[in-house]
Amino acid sequence: MQDARATYTEIGQSLGMAHSTVHERVKRMELNGIIKKYTTVIDTEKLGAKNITAITTVFTDPKTSEEVAQKLAQASQVLEVYTSLSEELLIIAKITAENQEQLHTFIANKVAPLPGVMRIRTSIVTRKYKETSPSLASQSKRLHL
Amino acid sequence: MVTTDLLKTVSRDKAFYFFLSIGNSTGQSASSLKEFMDKLNEVNAKSLDFHLHRGDFEKWVSDVLQDQELAQELRRLQKSSPTGETLRTQLSATVSKRLKRLSGQASATRP
Repeated sequence: MQDARATYTEIGQSLGMAHSTVHERVKRMELNGIIKKYTTVIDTEKLGAKNITAITTVFTDPKTSEEVAQKLAQASQVLEVYTSLSEELLIIAKITAENQEQLHTFIANKVAPLPGVMRIRTSIVTRKYKETSPSLASQSKRLHL
Repeated sequence: MVTTDLLKTVSRDKAFYFFLSIGNSTGQSASSLKEFMDKLNEVNAKSLDFHLHRGDFEKWVSDVLQDQELAQELRRLQKSSPTGETLRTQLSATVSKRLKRLSGQASATRP
């Protein structure tokens, strides 16, 4: 769902359901915590904010990766945190900062000293082409909503 | 500042972490002047360029190790802008000289 303000009728039309069915299912999903919240996505660039975003990969000792991921998740500068098992165990974090200097200070002072962190790779996002969440409409049949 | 304090080992959160560029760490760090000296000979020369240019060495030596004399020498080195292996040689010589002087003073004051 791309628009949290869409009416039950509009959602029903796009899914081929009655609005009462949509209403009932949305309420059930809210109750069960499937719908966690309704939020606003703000284009900060249009507001004049010049924040930068970086994708940081943290290579860790597997024994401490859980703690490192938890610590990263607690930091306000960190927007998203994931772990991934490719050849090595990685933690991938999306970080925001006012500028490159603040980004570096955060990584050098708060990430590098965490026990178990072996090395860090960072890519600063220069242009965003798409940012969205998975659409429920395409998965609703499989998910038994 | 007592000489032995300048040779102290600091906690992990106060250590110097070597980076190649913004947010890209080498995985190497130093928790004391002695360890810093050892790492100067091991790290990628690009990391030395990155930190010297930003004044990171001087800042760490001054703020964390609180060795104002060495910080001043590092500031002087930064002004002459050496790069690559020349930088490594000069940086290594500067820190080594200071380390020898401090180690000599520390052993002379030991009872």
